[in-house]
Amino acid sequence: MAGQESFETVNKCKTRLMRGGKGAPMIFLHGARGASAWLPFMDKLAETFELIVPEHPGFGGSDTPPWLDNVGDLAYFYLDLIDHLGLDGVHVVGTSLGGWIAAEIAVRDTHPLATLTLVAPAGIHVKGVAKGDVFMWSAEEIMKRLFHDPKLAEKALAQPVPEAEVMIQAKNRLALAKLGWQPRLYNPDLYKWLHRISVPTLILWGDDDKVIPPQYGPAFAELIPGARLEVIDKCGHLPQIERADAFVAKITAFITEAAR
Amino acid sequence: MKFFFFHLMPYADLDLDYDKKYNSAWVTLPNSYYDPKKGHALYNRYLDELEFAAEMGFDGIGVNEHHQNAYGLMPIPGVMAGALVRRTKDCKIAVLGRALPLLNAPLMVAEEFAMLDNISGGRLIAGFVRGIGAEYHSFGANPAESHDRFHEAHDLIIRAWTETGPFTFEGKYYHVNYVNTWPRPYQEPHPPIWIPSQGSSETIEWASHPSRKYTYLQTFSPVTVLARYMGLYRQQAEKYGYEATEEQLGWSIPTYCAETDEIAVKEARPHIEAFLNKFLRMPVEMLLPPGYLSLKSLMGVMSAKRDIGPGGKLTIEDVMQKGMFLCGSPATLREKLEQYQKEIGFGYLLPTMQFGTLPHELTKKSTEIFAKEVIPYFRRKDAAKTVRAATAGR
Repeated sequence: MAGQESFETVNKCKTRLMRGGKGAPMIFLHGARGASAWLPFMDKLAETFELIVPEHPGFGGSDTPPWLDNVGDLAYFYLDLIDHLGLDGVHVVGTSLGGWIAAEIAVRDTHPLATLTLVAPAGIHVKGVAKGDVFMWSAEEIMKRLFHDPKLAEKALAQPVPEAEVMIQAKNRLALAKLGWQPRLYNPDLYKWLHRISVPTLILWGDDDKVIPPQYGPAFAELIPGARLEVIDKCGHLPQIERADAFVAKITAFITEAAR
Repeated sequence: MKFFFFHLMPYADLDLDYDKKYNSAWVTLPNSYYDPKKGHALYNRYLDELEFAAEMGFDGIGVNEHHQNAYGLMPIPGVMAGALVRRTKDCKIAVLGRALPLLNAPLMVAEEFAMLDNISGGRLIAGFVRGIGAEYHSFGANPAESHDRFHEAHDLIIRAWTETGPFTFEGKYYHVNYVNTWPRPYQEPHPPIWIPSQGSSETIEWASHPSRKYTYLQTFSPVTVLARYMGLYRQQAEKYGYEATEEQLGWSIPTYCAETDEIAVKEARPHIEAFLNKFLRMPVEMLLPPGYLSLKSLMGVMSAKRDIGPGGKLTIEDVMQKGMFLCGSPATLREKLEQYQKEIGFGYLLPTMQFGTLPHELTKKSTEIFAKEVIPYFRRKDAAKTVRAATAGR
């Protein structure tokens, strides 16, 4: 199965979406590398949910609108998109940069949200705990540090990158820099606002995350009232790729429990 | 053609084996590699070389700006320029920084340049740059804002120099309620502005605009690239409805002059190769952080930069053949420069006469030969041209 591609224009920004499945609505907010393709974990989530995968303004097949300066702009954009799509009781899942965006959405307005899942999110800074420098690493180093299992990095590196994907990755890196170069991948105010999150929240982290160290997990869990922290073992920064089954199982279990 | 002796002030005492442990002389090379006692000697030696060039009759001398690296020890070029304005009389002094987007308060550049212009009695040439990619890593400045900040900081400085203060500047990045720069610049309406660049059509479009007509300076590029960008400047000027003059085009290039071609290559080789392979060394992620170039320019420069990028070792032959290094006897340099000048038509040449590890004595010798046997040839040519023009005008 593959997601159905469509485009929606919100706040004068033509936005690319992929959708698939039936059930309660779930928005998946991608990380720095974008969401140009429908991946196996999306299929799995689509068995239980109506999965909606937008590409953030500034990324991939979406426009780069003139109003895009920071993650707060994206948070309001997604609240508007949720309105535009007429969604209610939506489960928001965000990984890495997408997790940061999801947290910024939730501190602004949790009314349309049913649950929140933050997967190795950026967005806060813990003094003395450095994130990996994704802007200084070479493409090869990034791949090696994204995964726990070096074989996955080797496999990814062995695949030829099509010309169009090179352009998309350059565009995505530009958008990432715009949003997160300085301060590096966090909003210095966000930690003060996280207590406002009033929906059930799951925080997921790979135990061998070399991009955003797992020490950030407890820091988020402490700041979000009632948040549940779960660590996936033998896993790097991309649980949805590296441990797709555990990733989907943990999210599904959390949402089922939250609905009780 | 006017000649400016240009200095980078590298840390020439660098342990050249640093690259066994570190991948660049920028950003991440520990500053324990720097010895202040050696630095003291180098700074004074380099200032001597700039003063010597002024005595030898160069039209101008130029200093540079780079941060947190062994390639160039002038993070605050105004300090060097301040030392030089008091030790020189007639020559121009070009400050070929200042990297505007790296600054939170670009009005300080308006002040610094105005001070230099006042002290020197109007001998300052003001350079505006964006800094190189590595500096965005070093300073935490956002490369994705680089172009916009550059343009806005430039507008702020020009208005500070030309409008009566106090006035309010309302920008996206800089919002200042009381712009009121003291001192005002000595030159009217402000010092000439030069824009050093490694080649960008967007920069040329902006610099050549009729409201600016800034001198575009191509830095350290193959001569074919130089020709392409100078041509682009002329075409752009035509599109704007005017003809670009030679004074709007300049070329900065490492240069070594000796008694014969053979001696020149022999003496320059280890030092230019250290410059290429040790001092310039940096991975592409450092050189081109996202947004430093527009997506459009990125692809173009990536292919052009393959010529000097990291990876394979470059030799003196590589750069001489590409016209990225002028090296030879006075006769050879006269001939090459005459040919390039005729084909490409630039009005300013900025030879970098010290590069990499080139020691003081060789720098001085090369400077002297160049000043005595290359520069006068072009002065005579220019004088003859002026006479012809005057006669024709009668």
